[in-house]
Amino acid sequence: MQRLARCLPLPLLLAGLLAGCAPEGGSGSGVQSAKLSAVQGRGTLICGVDGKLPGFSFVGPDGTYSGLDVDVCRAVAAALFGDPNKVEYRDLNSSERFAALASGEIDLLSRNTTMTLSRDSSGGNALSFAPTVFYDGQGVMTPKASGITTLQGLAGKPICVESGTTTELNLADRMRELNVPYTPLKFQTGDQTYAAYLGGRCVAVTSDRSQLAAKRTSFPQPDDHVLLPDVMSKEPLTPATVNSDAPWADVVRWTVNALFQAEELGLTKANIATKVAEAKANPKLADLRRFLGVEGDFGKQLGLPADFVPKVIAAVGNYGEVFDRNVGPQSPLKLDRGSNKQWKDGGLIYSPPFR
Amino acid sequence: MNSLLRRLRHELFATPGDAVLSVALLALLTLAMGGLLRWALVQANWAVIQANSTLFAVGRYPAEQQWRLWLLTSLLVGAAGLSWGLLRAHPRADRQGLLWPRNDRVAVGLLAGLAVWLPWALGLTGGIQARWWGLAALLIGLRWLAGRQGASWPPRLLKLVPLVWPLLYLTGMVLIGGGLGVAKVSPSEWGGLLLTLLSASFAILLCFPLGVLLALGRRSELPLLRWASVIYIEFIRGAPLITLLFLGQNIFGFLLPNGLAPERVWRAAWVLTFFAAAYLAEAVRSGLAAVPTGQVEAARSLGLSQARALQHVVLPQALRVALPAMVGQFISLLQDTTLLSLIGLLELLGVARTVMANPEFLGKNAEVYLTLAVLFWCCCAALGLGSRALERRLDPRTVPSR
Repeated sequence: MQRLARCLPLPLLLAGLLAGCAPEGGSGSGVQSAKLSAVQGRGTLICGVDGKLPGFSFVGPDGTYSGLDVDVCRAVAAALFGDPNKVEYRDLNSSERFAALASGEIDLLSRNTTMTLSRDSSGGNALSFAPTVFYDGQGVMTPKASGITTLQGLAGKPICVESGTTTELNLADRMRELNVPYTPLKFQTGDQTYAAYLGGRCVAVTSDRSQLAAKRTSFPQPDDHVLLPDVMSKEPLTPATVNSDAPWADVVRWTVNALFQAEELGLTKANIATKVAEAKANPKLADLRRFLGVEGDFGKQLGLPADFVPKVIAAVGNYGEVFDRNVGPQSPLKLDRGSNKQWKDGGLIYSPPFR
Repeated sequence: MNSLLRRLRHELFATPGDAVLSVALLALLTLAMGGLLRWALVQANWAVIQANSTLFAVGRYPAEQQWRLWLLTSLLVGAAGLSWGLLRAHPRADRQGLLWPRNDRVAVGLLAGLAVWLPWALGLTGGIQARWWGLAALLIGLRWLAGRQGASWPPRLLKLVPLVWPLLYLTGMVLIGGGLGVAKVSPSEWGGLLLTLLSASFAILLCFPLGVLLALGRRSELPLLRWASVIYIEFIRGAPLITLLFLGQNIFGFLLPNGLAPERVWRAAWVLTFFAAAYLAEAVRSGLAAVPTGQVEAARSLGLSQARALQHVVLPQALRVALPAMVGQFISLLQDTTLLSLIGLLELLGVARTVMANPEFLGKNAEVYLTLAVLFWCCCAALGLGSRALERRLDPRTVPSR
């Protein structure tokens, strides 16, 4: 019995070795990704989101998630499965988000995460960042009635700011650079800060632009307040994956790029079907045909279906639609595009060519 | 009326100093209550609660499967009505058996009023309002029926009635999660009050036996067992719950291969259980310490084995002493479930936070938090009431000598 037990593992081991070698020997598709095949095998994408951030991710009354971060998850699910609803959301705390990604609990982190060197580097959090989907930054809000339109207009005026934050330091740095004197009114909490601003103790309040916009919707008269165009800090909010799986990171990267490119080409949720038909009928539209997967093998190169782009656009629309719906004019937040305009319009949204 | 006035004067206006204090406090109280009422009735915008009532109740539980929760609720309500009626039909030998004591009449009136008013105030659809009325009718009807007929039931049947509750708990688990032919609903879709009550009841039920075993282990004469219990209890008590919850969420992903780690909800529920067990063990130990050694010696000299002496003599007395402390632990456990929102689970507080992040309802924090406070107060008050009833029932001074 004992001898048998000792012999048994050997054939098993051999079989295991052979099985382990097989995929490498017979790789024809060109894409080798543990994560990609795991996600495709599972049939759902597990996406880490904040879950409590206005405009970016929250649960609506009917129990569905929505927001800009959520639409990135939906876009990737549409690229993988053709169905934007095949996503399982995990609400993550800012302190556990990287551990959840590293341990493989989630496939994709789409949780208003600022891209930084230490998070990207292998010696740091070892993430791989997709293109930035929202360029946030510290902004300033003033009452419309004050007539202030630039930071210089704040000279000698009191500004409400939360104390002990990077916000406070950024404001000081920027105003010193511009040589504009001002009086900081510091408060311990966000609520106190906005209460003081609404109470008229200061003519401006400063925080991240997306947060200012969210707070503004809860004011009695939201339309009486405006965000100044100046941006005082860089907060590129970016989806991330682990950096040990490059092919999987590519899938996320090019799905996001497809959103950008679709806006540039004027493809929308509404017209995508007619555009695909157009591209199929007209062989002269080579660029569009490649982008939509009518010809070429971009999908296959990424390990995705050939028509992943039309599926993504049909599911969530192009980047402009995603922005407008969640944080832009069609949402209560009413943020303007600012740095998030297309590069042709002077913004930072830029997709490398689909070639 | 006169006696009430006299009592008021005696209690509130006995001396000039008392009178001044009473008037000032009453004025302050009226002012505060008036402000709260004015805010709640005039300024507050309760649309946020109305629109999200399903989310608060069950979270993201799929709508087409919610009939299972209604079924479970009606089963629970039915069992409650039955047990309540039977308790009144079979009063303890030392009490006069009033079939409808005043407390019961008040409770029935309150429940019926709540079942009619709350669904209407929340603006629920007609069908759902009718369901709540049906549930209230079921409760009161069964209470009435069991109270009337229960006295004539055969004793053997009556012995089986308490078994309904554990059976119902297991049925509930199947109804909520699926399995045994019922479609599965992933724990990641459970939420709201459902998840709060589920995780709290799971932890309360399991931490009790675990805590008793730990307490016995700590008093054991076997050094290995004693030291293992001491180390466990002191380790858990030395770490904040939130740390343990984070540890539970993060460590499984690294330790176990992908897909084998239990669902996040269950990880959290187990951490809550293990955490509460350590505190409960100390409460039980205080009860054990209160049982005089003479009791054990007397039991042993009567020929009871160590185990039987423990079972019949020591534990009943110890648990009775420890009951108030244990219930305190259960109540704080129920409130500790709010920490689950920090690890991204959508229990009541988690749902509240995501609702407040909906751009349509930004700035409605006061309405949401007040609702939450009332819900938690109701749950904790129910636990407290139940424990006091249990204490009265276990009080040796009222046990009749047979």
